Amino acid sequence: MEQERADSSVELVKVSKLYGAVRAVDSIDLRIPSGSYCCLLGPSGCGKTSTLRMIAGHETISDGDLMIGGTVVNDVPPAKRGTAMMFQSYALFPHLDCTDNVAFSLKMRGVGREERRAKAQAMLETVHMGAYAARMPAQLSGGQQQRVALARALITHPAVLLLDEPLSALDPFLRDRMREELRRLQREIGITFIHVTHSQSEAMALADLIVVMSDGRIEQADSPREVFNRPRTAFVARFIGGHNVVERHEAGPFAVRADRVQLASAAAPAKSMTPDSMTMEGVVRSMEYHGAAVHLRLELPAADDFAVVLDETRFYAAPVNVGDRVLAAWKTADVHRLAG
Amino acid sequence: MTATADTAAAPAAKPAARRRRGGTGWWVSWLQVAPLAVILTVFLVLPIAAIVTVSFWDYDSVRIIPDFVLTNYEELFGSTVTWRIYLNTLKYVALTWTLTLLIGFTVAWFLAFHVRSVTWQMVLFLVCTIPFWTSNIIRMISWIPFLGRNGLLNSSLLSMGVIDAPLEFLLFSDFSVVLAYVHLYTLFMVVPIFNTMMRIDRSLVEAARDAGANGFQILTSVILPLTKPGIAIGSIFVVTQVMGDFITVRLMSGGQSASVGLMMANEISLLQYPAAAANAVILLLVVLLMVAAMLRVVDIRKEL
Repeated sequence: MEQERADSSVELVKVSKLYGAVRAVDSIDLRIPSGSYCCLLGPSGCGKTSTLRMIAGHETISDGDLMIGGTVVNDVPPAKRGTAMMFQSYALFPHLDCTDNVAFSLKMRGVGREERRAKAQAMLETVHMGAYAARMPAQLSGGQQQRVALARALITHPAVLLLDEPLSALDPFLRDRMREELRRLQREIGITFIHVTHSQSEAMALADLIVVMSDGRIEQADSPREVFNRPRTAFVARFIGGHNVVERHEAGPFAVRADRVQLASAAAPAKSMTPDSMTMEGVVRSMEYHGAAVHLRLELPAADDFAVVLDETRFYAAPVNVGDRVLAAWKTADVHRLAG
Repeated sequence: MTATADTAAAPAAKPAARRRRGGTGWWVSWLQVAPLAVILTVFLVLPIAAIVTVSFWDYDSVRIIPDFVLTNYEELFGSTVTWRIYLNTLKYVALTWTLTLLIGFTVAWFLAFHVRSVTWQMVLFLVCTIPFWTSNIIRMISWIPFLGRNGLLNSSLLSMGVIDAPLEFLLFSDFSVVLAYVHLYTLFMVVPIFNTMMRIDRSLVEAARDAGANGFQILTSVILPLTKPGIAIGSIFVVTQVMGDFITVRLMSGGQSASVGLMMANEISLLQYPAAAANAVILLLVVLLMVAAMLRVVDIRKEL
């Protein structure tokens, strides 16, 4: 039970999930290296939760192979896969106190009462819930329930921890703190974490590997920097945020980061615009002051929605107003081509 | 309006409000509790008060005599018949409770956890309730031609050669009484247990499976403890029904067995109202004690 698993990698080979005729997950290939923090990111209904549940063994795999630590585990029951799942609603047993909740899996294996309660107490200490061991779940706050759920998942020393939207039920302040704590915990115990989320900022902050999903397919699986700087498709560029997708252009669809765009009045193009710049003319639709930066939205013929993020001082050096005709410019080096 | 104006107005407003409440409003709350109070008084307090009063009256073979005597209770507790009948009734309660609980829990568990579609759940649930569209007595009597000495079951078994002589225990026996009770009251177990089970978060079952629990462990460690309130409510229904029953015992035992209810019915038919009243008071106390004991074990407040 205590053995260290050398290999806690997870690999999906042409894995599909069908609900009747609906393909929730459509033949995806994914390799999650051992000991990495992987975020499955996408809008609701993109298949990320189905994928997680298939890895957990709570959903059958319609087609393809799932490997954990190099072994195919398609038909292995959840507890024997070396995975543990933390449920979205935490799913703590309401009739058991924290200690018994954490000790549940040990009890199922026939570990003696004293031994399992001692181990559960120790695990509760690691998630800073030692003082609440005798409380019932209903007497705990959301953040405390989550810590108990985490302890319950970790007590079996899983090779892979699966987290289903673990932070979505928390208030923003607690969410940031738990996020840091999850990352710290993952580094400490060094096992693979697979974390489902619909929040791109959460995925960016946590992940070694971001898997962006849409319509049951993987759009892109890369490091956060790679995903942000080189989104593969228009969907990824839009979902990850901070990008403008220009679709109607002779050069094909491309993305440009909103903070790499400069503005000038259409009547008097600025001298700073070098020949290797790309320019487009448009009308300012809205302007928001955000302190350090000013956010503008332009109406361009080539894009449905075009955002510009300007440094506050730079904006007020040459301010523009809503309704002004402006020239948006960016370096050709900042143009990022999109597939499809 | 400024803050100073508010504080200045407050002391003036307070006595006015108090005057309004004390002046015209005092009877409104009385009026609001009146309907329930009247119904409870007329249909619960008065009948029980009447029974308690009559239980201390005297009687002879033709009339009842207003009095204050303890003879009814003395005769009740002094007679071995009473004790035997109470024991017999408790035996019926124990058997019926065990069987209805086993069957009811299994049916509810199947409906709640193994029937996946809500439509099928509703259809099967309705199927369970359809027998209740006929009266209790008809459902009981319909057992008689089936179980009788020359009934359907015996004649089938005889013609198949399974038995040589008709089985005598089938009808007019404890077997038939308990069978009828189980038939009549299992649904009262199914419904509350099913309701409680439907409220169990399905992710708890998954969490248990994730922790390595097998089907039996999930049942005993998660579903059973969380279903206790439903079991308690169903048990209260079944126990109180069987404790007070007399018609099932009369019909299905063919007069060879007795229950507390039947004892009272006999006393009433002999016009021994005070004796029946004393019996009723004791039965009421016993049933209340049983219900109280069940509520001590299980907290059902969340279910109400």
